[in-house]
Amino acid sequence: MSTDIDIHEYLAEFDDIPGTRVYTAARARKGYHLNQFAMSLMKAENRDRFKADERAYLDEWPMTEAQKQAVLDRDYNRLLDLGGNIYFMAKIFSSDGLSFVQAVSTMTGMSVEDYQAMMVAGGRSPEGVRSIKANAAAGGTVEKGTR
Amino acid sequence: MAHITAGVASSHIPALGVASDFNKSEEDYWKPAFAGYEWTKKWEEDQKPDVVILVYNDHASAFDMKIIPTFAIGCGEKFGICDEGWGPRPVPDVEGHPDLAWHIAQSLILDEFDMTIINEMDVDHGLTVPLSMMFGKPEKWPCKVIPLAVNVVTYPPPSGNRCWALGEAIKKAVESFPEDLNVQIWGTGGMSHQLQGPRAGLINREWDNMFLDGLIGDSDKLRYIPHIEYLRETGSEGIEMVMWLIMRGALGKKTKCLHRHYHVPASNTAVGHIVLEPVTD
Repeated sequence: MSTDIDIHEYLAEFDDIPGTRVYTAARARKGYHLNQFAMSLMKAENRDRFKADERAYLDEWPMTEAQKQAVLDRDYNRLLDLGGNIYFMAKIFSSDGLSFVQAVSTMTGMSVEDYQAMMVAGGRSPEGVRSIKANAAAGGTVEKGTR
Repeated sequence: MAHITAGVASSHIPALGVASDFNKSEEDYWKPAFAGYEWTKKWEEDQKPDVVILVYNDHASAFDMKIIPTFAIGCGEKFGICDEGWGPRPVPDVEGHPDLAWHIAQSLILDEFDMTIINEMDVDHGLTVPLSMMFGKPEKWPCKVIPLAVNVVTYPPPSGNRCWALGEAIKKAVESFPEDLNVQIWGTGGMSHQLQGPRAGLINREWDNMFLDGLIGDSDKLRYIPHIEYLRETGSEGIEMVMWLIMRGALGKKTKCLHRHYHVPASNTAVGHIVLEPVTD
């Protein structure tokens, strides 16, 4: 079975979604060791060693300096840019005792309280955050949900 | 002969599992999410399925980045419960049905689906939360479970069309198994949610309900939805809904809706749930 999907067009469309990093093969390749480091935190003994000296634990992994710094900073948007996947990054924030809601809200620029209130009120509307190009064509400037 | 008698779809939000494990399902926040599963719990008691083919995805629990199977079928005797970082959920281990699972695996491979076969793995909330929602908190799960894990984390996941076709092939495989078995197929994950980036928290009630509508009756238009539409309309993690199409494909040409539930929010996510029956004219 074959389809008429053009792989370049398929991938290019992902960059048109505001405020979203789709976990493509390019990101998976770049983030391999970052994600495997995060996965190692599933084991209690590794969590203990990481907590005792985060820098020393990170230095055991062939990660880039930027990736290590972003882990130390708990900058999750930056970690996604550097090839992190959210389910793997969850091992880091779970080790910190944060829930998904708490950690996810840090990526939105909202306080946890405001983020939770938005969810209870029905969540973030897709209006205006579907397409960067469509927003530009409509004459909008860079809207929330975009970096 | 074995038969697929029903299809069930449900979100598999980890927080629902936590709420169940810590007896919070009666609290104001959780009550409406759980209420929509009461009908199904009673219905399942009457149905008494022998086996559930449970389509789900692993969330960096059993699989890490070392190996990423697109479609994997659990053929083992038993599947343990993953420690996802805060200890395994206090739920029973999952008992497999190796004979039926291997039969399905062989049949799918002959049908040109290149399945990965897994004999040993632990299962995470993607599989255990739906069991809790449908069966409550028994000492032992009331049926055997064949885990069918789909990669929806690393792009590209399988297309909706491919998922639907896999479901069709699963139906054929089940119906060629000689033993008389009552088999259900469950599709899990979704509905709209985005767990990452500045756009996190996205919910699309209208689209989700269009998707629920599309599972009922004889239309197959959902199989042609491209990945980009799930991403734009339902958030980056809404792509999990392609797994519901495996369930739908396995129900044949036409379905009837027995029960439907939708609630926002549970944590970051829209809860969706539907129970379908195949209709043969």
